[in-house]
Amino acid sequence: MIRLERRPTPSRFWSAAAPILAVALTLVVGALMFAALGKDPFEALRAIFWDPVFGEFAFYFRGQLLVKAGPLILIAVGLALGFRAGIWNIGAEGQYIVGALAGAAAGLAFYPSDSWLIFPLMVACGALGGFLWAMIPALLKVTLGVNEILVSLMLVYVAERSLLASAAVGWLRNPDTVGFPGSRNLSRWEASANPELIAGTGAHWGVAAALIAVIFAHVLLTRHLTGFHIRLTGAAPRAARFAGVVPGRLVIFCMGFSGALAGLAGLFEATGPAGQISIDFASGYGFTAIIVAFLGRLNPLGIVAAGLLMAVTYVGGDNAATNLGLPAAAISAFQGMLLFFLLAVDVLTNFRLRAGKGVTA
Amino acid sequence: MDLSSISPTLLIASLMVAATPILLAAIGEMVVEKSGVLNLGVEGMMIMGAVTGFIAAIETGSPWAGFLAAAAGGAVVALLFGFLTQVLLSNQVATGLALTLFGLGVSSLIGQGYVGIKANGLRRIDLGWLTDLPFVGRVIFGHDPMVYLSLLLVALVWGFLKYTRAGLILRAVGESHDAAHALGYHVRRVRLMAIAFGGACAGLGGAYLSLVRVPQWTDGMTAGAGWIALAIVVFASWRAGRVLVGAYLFGGITVLQLNLQTAGAKVSVELLSAAPYLVTILVLVLISFRAGRGGDAPADLARPFHASG
Repeated sequence: MIRLERRPTPSRFWSAAAPILAVALTLVVGALMFAALGKDPFEALRAIFWDPVFGEFAFYFRGQLLVKAGPLILIAVGLALGFRAGIWNIGAEGQYIVGALAGAAAGLAFYPSDSWLIFPLMVACGALGGFLWAMIPALLKVTLGVNEILVSLMLVYVAERSLLASAAVGWLRNPDTVGFPGSRNLSRWEASANPELIAGTGAHWGVAAALIAVIFAHVLLTRHLTGFHIRLTGAAPRAARFAGVVPGRLVIFCMGFSGALAGLAGLFEATGPAGQISIDFASGYGFTAIIVAFLGRLNPLGIVAAGLLMAVTYVGGDNAATNLGLPAAAISAFQGMLLFFLLAVDVLTNFRLRAGKGVTA
Repeated sequence: MDLSSISPTLLIASLMVAATPILLAAIGEMVVEKSGVLNLGVEGMMIMGAVTGFIAAIETGSPWAGFLAAAAGGAVVALLFGFLTQVLLSNQVATGLALTLFGLGVSSLIGQGYVGIKANGLRRIDLGWLTDLPFVGRVIFGHDPMVYLSLLLVALVWGFLKYTRAGLILRAVGESHDAAHALGYHVRRVRLMAIAFGGACAGLGGAYLSLVRVPQWTDGMTAGAGWIALAIVVFASWRAGRVLVGAYLFGGITVLQLNLQTAGAKVSVELLSAAPYLVTILVLVLISFRAGRGGDAPADLARPFHASG
């Protein structure tokens, strides 16, 4: 009989090793899943993990990696701050949509001007849009104690079905086309375009913003009082209140910060890789970022690695879909599995496995 | 707008159909939460039930086999959650989210060969002259068996929690797992059983969507119904009767919204289709005004239990 014995302090070794073990387990079970689908598992894993980085066409895929990793990291860094303090913003997908809409609307209001001020204005409005959308659950939580998980999640559906749908077919629709839903092409309009900054890398302004956000969050968590309050609230909410933490202020800060970052991610996507606001603009980044945040151990630097890994599975999944006929859904199952295994092996961080019966308390 | 095109009889009858999937999922989740476990993976369990039920019904040709398979499918993924949270003591919020993401991915993977096929759903019961009665006949005696089964389930859960010893133990485990443990009850076993029951109910709810309500399989077809079920449990302050009220209220809004759209209401289609979600938020806000907020929740909700303390 194996039983669990609580460690006096979390194991540092397992805290770092758990994600690696989880990835390894996911690879094994994923290989079994691909075999069950009638695909050669080694071929599939190679198409997903090897080809995008080292394969023959890696020069093409590498550019895609940062395009996918940028928004994931940007959103996940914000979410991780809240998750650390036990504040669950699950609605990043909605904030991503609203940010993109607000930014695009602000820019298109000045169409066809070519002022250089337009792009910065759009960026500011994108962040503001995401921030305000996140303020709805945050303020309801602080003033009335309404569960932020449910409200932020419901607002994803509101943003997607109501705001995005009406924008794409109505108030943001390109007036120069007849019958096609979707806004003007933002990436082809000089003033709003968010181009590749260094040719061939795929790095656009969103990637730069992600980098800044990571550094900012890292400094905040390790060097700043707010970061300490976040960590303290997560570890011991009662002690945090004695230490002078105002829980409401923390909720506003964490929700607002993550909302603004998600809004930024949406705006950079709309002006860059996506190019326009269309009816299928919602891409699921807001949900995948939750996996990225956990896989990165809610640590900004870990999130960079996790975001890149997740980007590999996206790009490699596309590759496997076209070359091996692997269903696209297999990748989201794969990603969900990864989160499951991570949560499972995390037990080793806080507990020791002991054989035998031992004294029961 | 032509409001006279909306028939109250059909409205009530169809609201019962619209509410049934949420009702099934919510009553299951209520039992889970009563045992002190917060499973946020209702959406994932529902969609797994929807897909396994649909496939089983297509392969066997029997909708009942479909519902059985859906209950089993929901319970299996729920036990995955149970193993992680109860045995490996993982964070319940994160694990529930993982279950939802996992369920959405896996379901679209195993369901991809079944998109666009139509299942032969349940037939409405026919009680002869009773069903032919005006209004009452259609509203009370004219549904498919699952609608009655869901109502029966609510009554059974209510009776189980209120009058049986096992129900009392389940509530004790949810209110104070340490005290229940000290009395010699198996906290983990009780919770795992509750989790499996909740999963089976959510699976049935999902299958009701794919076999009766729609009846087809499409990716992500639950579209937030699982989350709404979670909200209804809070709305109902963990009481079976109020879960029924909440689910039917919600079904009513969904159906009314569809009816208003077809009747050509002056409100935009986009706003109407977001109405169920907006109303859920509104309901959450309204119940927060009640005195003693959170006081109805089981005291040990979402707290992990480890016998070493």
